[in-house]
Amino acid sequence: MSRFAMVIDTRRCVGCYDCVVACKTENGVPEGYSRDWITEEVHGAFPTLQMEIRSERCNHCDNPPCVSCCPTGASHVHEPGGVVLVTHDKCIGCKACLAACPYNARFIHPDGYADKCTFCIHRVERGLDPACVSVCPTHCMHFGDLDDPQSEVSQLLNSRPHHALLPEAGTKPCIFYLT
Amino acid sequence: MNPLTELTLSRHNPLVDPTLHVWQWQIPIYLFLGGLVAGLMIIAGVRLIAIRPTQREALVCCTIGPLAGLVFLSLGMFVLFLDLSHKLYVWRLYTTFQITSPMSWGSWILLLVYPALAANALAHLPEAIPALAKRFPVLIAWSDFILSRTRLVVAIGIANVLVGIGLGIYTGILLGTLGARPLWNSALLGPLFLFSGLSTAAALLHGILVLTSSGEELPAFADFLLSSLTRLAQARPLDQKVAPVLAGADNSFLTIELGLLSLFLIGHLTSTAVHQQAATLLLSGPYAAVFWIFVISLGIVLPLILQTLELQNSIRHTLAPALLVIFGGIALRFILVYAGQQSHWFHALN
Amino acid sequence: MMNLSRRRFLKIGAGTMAAAGSLDASLHVLAGSGKPAARGTRTVPTFCNLCFWECGAIATVRDGKLWKIEGNPLDPLSRGRLCPRGTGGIGAHFDPDRLRSPLLRVSERGEEKWKAVTWDEALSFIAGNMQKIKAEYGPESFAAFIHGLGGKFFKQTLRAYGTENIAAPSFAQCRGPRDVGFTLTFGDGVGSPERTDIENAQCIVLIGSHIGENMHNTQVQEFAAAVGKGASIIVADPRFSVAASKAKFYLPVKPGTDLALLLAWMNVIVGEKLYDKEYVDKYGLGFEQFAAEIQPFTPEWAYPETGIDPDLIRATAREMARYRPATLIHPGRHSSWYGDDAQRSRAIALLNALMGSWGRKGGLYIPAGMEIPGYPVPPYPKSEKPPVDNPNNQYPFADEAISTGIREATLTGKPYPVKGWLVYATNLLYSLPNQAETIRAIQNLDLFVVVDTIPSEIACWADIVLPESIYLERYDELHSEPFRQPFIALRQPVVDAPADQKPNWWIAKTLAEKLGLGAYYPWKDIEEYLAARLKAAGYSFEDLKRDGILPGPQRPIYFEDGAPAVFDTPSKKIEFYSAQLQKAGFDPVPKYTPPEQPPQGSYRLLFGRAPTHSFSRTQTNPLLMDLQNENSVWVNAVEAQRLGLKSGDYVRLRNLDGQVSNRVLVKATERIRPDCVYITHGWGHTSRMLRSAFGRGASDSQLITRYKTDPLMGGTGMNVNFVTLETEV
Repeated sequence: MSRFAMVIDTRRCVGCYDCVVACKTENGVPEGYSRDWITEEVHGAFPTLQMEIRSERCNHCDNPPCVSCCPTGASHVHEPGGVVLVTHDKCIGCKACLAACPYNARFIHPDGYADKCTFCIHRVERGLDPACVSVCPTHCMHFGDLDDPQSEVSQLLNSRPHHALLPEAGTKPCIFYLT
Repeated sequence: MNPLTELTLSRHNPLVDPTLHVWQWQIPIYLFLGGLVAGLMIIAGVRLIAIRPTQREALVCCTIGPLAGLVFLSLGMFVLFLDLSHKLYVWRLYTTFQITSPMSWGSWILLLVYPALAANALAHLPEAIPALAKRFPVLIAWSDFILSRTRLVVAIGIANVLVGIGLGIYTGILLGTLGARPLWNSALLGPLFLFSGLSTAAALLHGILVLTSSGEELPAFADFLLSSLTRLAQARPLDQKVAPVLAGADNSFLTIELGLLSLFLIGHLTSTAVHQQAATLLLSGPYAAVFWIFVISLGIVLPLILQTLELQNSIRHTLAPALLVIFGGIALRFILVYAGQQSHWFHALN
Repeated sequence: MMNLSRRRFLKIGAGTMAAAGSLDASLHVLAGSGKPAARGTRTVPTFCNLCFWECGAIATVRDGKLWKIEGNPLDPLSRGRLCPRGTGGIGAHFDPDRLRSPLLRVSERGEEKWKAVTWDEALSFIAGNMQKIKAEYGPESFAAFIHGLGGKFFKQTLRAYGTENIAAPSFAQCRGPRDVGFTLTFGDGVGSPERTDIENAQCIVLIGSHIGENMHNTQVQEFAAAVGKGASIIVADPRFSVAASKAKFYLPVKPGTDLALLLAWMNVIVGEKLYDKEYVDKYGLGFEQFAAEIQPFTPEWAYPETGIDPDLIRATAREMARYRPATLIHPGRHSSWYGDDAQRSRAIALLNALMGSWGRKGGLYIPAGMEIPGYPVPPYPKSEKPPVDNPNNQYPFADEAISTGIREATLTGKPYPVKGWLVYATNLLYSLPNQAETIRAIQNLDLFVVVDTIPSEIACWADIVLPESIYLERYDELHSEPFRQPFIALRQPVVDAPADQKPNWWIAKTLAEKLGLGAYYPWKDIEEYLAARLKAAGYSFEDLKRDGILPGPQRPIYFEDGAPAVFDTPSKKIEFYSAQLQKAGFDPVPKYTPPEQPPQGSYRLLFGRAPTHSFSRTQTNPLLMDLQNENSVWVNAVEAQRLGLKSGDYVRLRNLDGQVSNRVLVKATERIRPDCVYITHGWGHTSRMLRSAFGRGASDSQLITRYKTDPLMGGTGMNVNFVTLETEV
C-alpha cells in the first residue's frame, strides 16, 4: 500500500500564494474559493518575534472525520494513496463533512457539492507532483509516499523536526510541517 | 512559550470563514422537529400499550400526537431538504447505508417513523376524532383490525418507543460525532436532545389538552386547529384526573434535561482547553445571554415552576408552560447549532 | 464611501464588459474568438510579462481555451517555476476590464469620456499631431515614458522621429540610485536581473529589501535555497518582513537611518580589521582616506540615530566578516527612499567591497551576456538639442534619463517646451511622486498618447489610448539579459487577443509608417525580424519557437574562476574614496544626515510589494484579485490599541498636505515599528474603467506629495511623507 503525504518546509516558505493560484488554475477552482491557503502565525512582541508561514489544505487524514460522517459515501478514501476525495454525483450537499473537518478545509462548490483539495490525484496518477508542489518557487513542498521509507517525505520526516496541524483532534493528518 | 500574537489566514471561503456558518436556521429547526416527533412517538407508544380509552388524555397522546408527528416530521424533512446544496442527488441517501454516519442512520430511521406513527394514530382514531371516522368509515375497520390483536397493539407501541428513542438520540448524535466542533463533542447530546424532545412533546400534548378541555369529544383535526386559535387566550379548568399526568411527565423530562445539560457542560469544563472554551461560549461568552435567559430560565426553570404549581393546584393549567417549553426546545437547538459551529480547535491558541 | 455613479462607467467594445460572476464565466465569455476550439491540450513556450523579471514559461491551452502557465525548465530565470503573479498571469487574458479598442478623448482630459475609434483613425491622429509638434517645436519636444522590453519598438519609432527624450520611472523612481552608487564604486551597476549570488551566499544582509514579498523569481528561489542551507540572514527593516522571519539577526532600524547603520558596520569592520585586506589592497583605491572618514561613526554614534543596540551592530558586523567573501550585502532594487539614496547605495557597495564579495562566489558575480546583433536600420537623426530632463547636468551622475526631469521641463517649458508625451506600459500617476504635478504637466501638452493593456490612471488623462495585446497574445523583442547563464528567450502568441488589441511592434511600426519613417522598419512582420536577428547571432528561430529558451555559451562568473576583474571607474579600481564625487562637490565617502522625523501623532508612510500583485497593473486580474483584493495599512499593535483601532477596521490616511486616501483595512500587528505605517503599492485605483479594482484599498502614490531629490542623480526619495489615521465610520 502507499500513503500519500506532503511535507512542507516552513523555513523555506515565504507565503507567496503561488500554491494557491496554481491550484486555482490547475483545478479550475471558482472565483472566491480556495482549496489551499496561507497561514501566518506570529508569536512575541516587537521586535522579538517569530513567525511561521504555512501553506495549508486538506490534510488527507488517516482518520478522516469527513468520510465517516458522510451519509452517502460521496466522501471517500481513494486507494492507493489514502487520498480523501468527494464523488460529486453522490454528494447531497448536507455539509456534515464541512462541520466535521477541524481544518475547515472544505467548502460548498457553487455547483452544490462539497469540494476541497484532491492532492491533484489526476496529476499524481500520471507521475506528476500536485500543482502546488510543482509550482513552489521556494521548493518548500514535498509530496510522496509515507509507506516507502526511501521516499523524500519519509526521509525528511525522519531527519527534521516537524509538526502536524491539530493532531489532538485525532484525525491523523498527513501534511507535515518542518520547522 | 510566547502567547500567540497574530494568526492570519488567507482563506476566505463563503460560509466557512471567518467562522463556520454552513448550517443556518434549517438545521436547528429540523433537529427540534425531529426531537419533538421522537417525544411524540415515545409517549404515543407508551400510552398505546397502557391505554384506557375513556381517558381523553390518552386519546390525545395516541392519536393527535402521532398525527401531529406525521406533519412535523414532514415539515422537518422539508426544511432539511431546503438545507441541502446538491438537492437533485438527495436520493443518494437511499442507495447506501453508511454505518459510521449518523446522518445515514437518521435517513433510514426517518423511513421507519412514518409507518410506526401512522399505525399508532390509527388504533384509536375513531374514538379520538369521531367526526373523521364518520366521513371515512374505513378508519373504523383499520382501528378494529389493530385493536382486535393485542400483540399487534403492543408491537406498534414498542416500535414507536424504540424508533422514537432512536430518532431522538440520532438528532443529538448527529452533532455529537462531529469532533471538529468541540462544543458538540459529547455523546450526552443524544440523551439531552431525546429528553428535550420528550419534554417538548409532553408540553405540546399538554397544550392540546388545555386547548380542548371543554369539549366532550375531540374535534376533527381541521376543526381542532381552527378552534384552537379562538381558545388560545383562555385559561380553563382542566379535568383533574388527566392533565396532571402530562404536566408531571413534562416536569420529569425537564428535570432530566436540566441534569443532562449540566452533565454536558461539566464534561466540557473538565475536558481540554478547547472544550472548556466551547462551554464558555454558552456560559459567559457571546451566547451566554440567550443561554441563561431563553434556554435555562424561560425554557426549563420557569415552566418547571409553573407546572409544579399546577400540579399542586396552586394555579390553573394554562398554555404558558407548554409554549415556554417548546420555545426553550427551539432555543436549545439554535444555540447549540450556532455556538457549536463557532467553537473550534484553533481557539485554544488564543 | 466613494459615491460611484453607474453613468460614469464607460461602455467600451461589445457587451462582453458585463462583470463576470466567476472566472469560469469569464472564460466562456472572453475566450471565444469565433474559431472552432481544437480539442485536447497544446503547449506554447513563451516568457512572462507580469513583472520585469520576464521568466521563461510554458502556457497550456485546453480545448482552445487558455488553461494554465508554468515555468519553463530550460529557463535559467524561472528554473521551471513561476511566481504567483506569473502563475496567475493567464488572468490578464481574461481580465474583464481590459482595453478593447483605441479610444479617443471626447471631453476634458481626465473626465474619462471616450469614443472608440479604428486603429487607422487613432494612428493617423497621433501621427498628424506629432508632425505638428515637430514642425512647431522640433522633434525633441515630444517625450516618452517607456517601461520594459515591450517598449523597444516605440523607442525605435521615436528615435527615428528625432527625439531622445525617453525616460523610464525605473531609473529615478526605482533602481537608479542603487546603480549609480554601485557604478561610482565598482564602475558597474547591479543590473536587472541582479547579479546577486544569493544561492551561494553564506551570509545575506537585507537592508529594507523584502525578498519573498517582492517576488523577483530567481532571487526568491535562491533566497529560499540559502535559508534551506542554513545561511546566516541579517535583516535591517522597520518592519518584521517575511525575510526577517528567516533571519538570525533582525535589526528594527529607524526609517531613514540605514546609512548610519552602514557606516557603523564599516567602522567596526575597518576598526577590527575584519575586511578582506588582500582584496582591498589588490582592487581598491583610497582605502586609507575612506578608513579615516568613517572613523567617527562608531556603533555608539549610530545607536541614537538607528535605535540599534551597539552590541548588535558589532555582532552583525562580525557575522558578516565571518563568512566573507560569501557575504552578500544585497543592493536592493527599489531604492529611491530618502533623497540620500545614491550615497546609501554607495555605502552598501563599499560594505560589499570590504567583504571582497564583488566578483566572488556568494557575492555579486560577473554576469555573462550574449551578443545578438541588432536588425540593421538607417542611422537615427542627430538631436539638435540636449536632453530635456537634466538641464546643465544638474544631476551629474544621472546615467539614464530622469522621468521627473521630463515632467519638470513639461511644466516649466525649460530648457525648451515639451508638447507631446507617449506613455507605454507605465502608470505614470502611480510611479512618479506628486500626482498633481504630473496632471499639471499634462495640461501643457498638445498630444498625450497612452499605450497600455488596461485603462490605468494615466490612460484616463490621455488624448488617445491604444490597447495593447497582452504578452500571451503577441510576439515581442527577444529577451536576453546578462545573467549567471546566458540565454535568449522568445515571447510568442499562445492565444488570440480577445478584441481589437494589437502588439506593440505593430503599433510602433504602423505609427512609423504613418510618420513617413517606414524605412526604419525594413521587415514585413516581427517573425521576419526575429528570424533575421537570430540568424545573425547563429541561432534558429524554429528552435527557439519550439523550446522558448536557448542557452548561450557559459562563461566564468567569479574572479576565482577567471571572470575578468575589470572596474570601469575613472581609476579602474574600486573607489573607496571617490575623487569624482569630490570634484563634483559631493561627499567622497558617504556621510549621514538625519532624516526629518514625523510630527507628534503622525507616522512615516512606507510602502512595498505584495507577492500577489505587480505595480498597479494587476488589480483587475481576476486570479490575482482572488488572492488579494485590497491592501491594508500595517499599524504597530500598541499604537493601534492607543488609537482604538483593531485589525479589520477601516481608516483613511491623511498626509501633511491634506491628501486623504481611500478607506483601507487596518492590520494591527507586532510586525512594525511604532513610528511608521506600511501599505503595499498599487491600490486605491481611481480609474473608473478599472471596475473590479476601483476604490479598493489605499494608494501610496496619492499620498506621496512630497519627495526629496537625490542631488547626485535626480532620484526622487519617496519615504518622506507622514500620515495620520482617521477612523472610517
